[in-house]
Amino acid sequence: MTIATSTELICFLVLSVVVVAGALGVVLLSNIVYSAFLLGGVFMAVAGLYLLLNASFVAAAQVMIYVGAINVLILFAIMLVNKREDLKAIANLTTRRIVSGGVCLGLLALLVRVVVTTPWSLPGPAAVGEEATARIGEHLFTDYLLPFELASVLLLMAMIGAIVLARRDVLAADVVTGEAADQGLIEKARTPLLLERRSS
Amino acid sequence: MIDLLSTIPSLQAYLLVAAMLFCIGVWGLINSRNAVRVLMSIELMLNGVNINLMAFSSYIDGDLIRGQVFAVFVITVAAAEAAVGLAILLSLYRNRVTVDMEQFNLLRW
Repeated sequence: MTIATSTELICFLVLSVVVVAGALGVVLLSNIVYSAFLLGGVFMAVAGLYLLLNASFVAAAQVMIYVGAINVLILFAIMLVNKREDLKAIANLTTRRIVSGGVCLGLLALLVRVVVTTPWSLPGPAAVGEEATARIGEHLFTDYLLPFELASVLLLMAMIGAIVLARRDVLAADVVTGEAADQGLIEKARTPLLLERRSS
Repeated sequence: MIDLLSTIPSLQAYLLVAAMLFCIGVWGLINSRNAVRVLMSIELMLNGVNINLMAFSSYIDGDLIRGQVFAVFVITVAAAEAAVGLAILLSLYRNRVTVDMEQFNLLRW
């Protein structure tokens, strides 16, 4: 076993332990803020796995988009909705957890069996290595041009939809003086809908 | 043992890690009561799928790397999904003043 392969092996083992343990922490920890930061760790470890697979461009995209955008967005959402509330107890929660855990373990066993028993056609063609970024660019502008354009339309739609959904209703004019109100600061007083159904 | 270890960073090892990540995500999706944690579990599942795509693209499709292109598209869709999901979560929170998934039963018949 040469130094290169043993280094790869150690990196892979450390990264996969971080990924699995971090994912378990994301799901199981009771404090949601810890979960969000652990999620960032999991994303970084997955980026490390991509680097082991000779995919530097996707690893960089993973760090920028997942850690830099999605994780920060989740942290902002936690900040906006973080209210300590005592969740109402529901009947046989533990049974539900155990049953769903059994279902997930069954799914895992199925996947493991498929992975181990399938005769993969290995080894495949030689990997392109550092040329991968140029190759991805060629793909995006030749045979995957339509999905590329559709992705840009999808991002535009998601942006407009997120703005429309998260926008707050604001007053156009100050109630007392009748002057134009500072749109950023005044929110129209509105009782939350559907509260009465919750209490019943 | 050494022989087994020397072959470990192989396609199967990556697929196993991805399968574990996906199953943890599914469990979290079913069992979380906090709506933000549900979104996090969806991200975990998407990451598991991405690891799968990248492993296949590196080991089986090494010269064309179509898996990496698909992974980039999945990352794009995940970004859009996170933005819209968190916006929906915010507007739900404004209307119900809770993030407990058990109370979001508006469409239940």
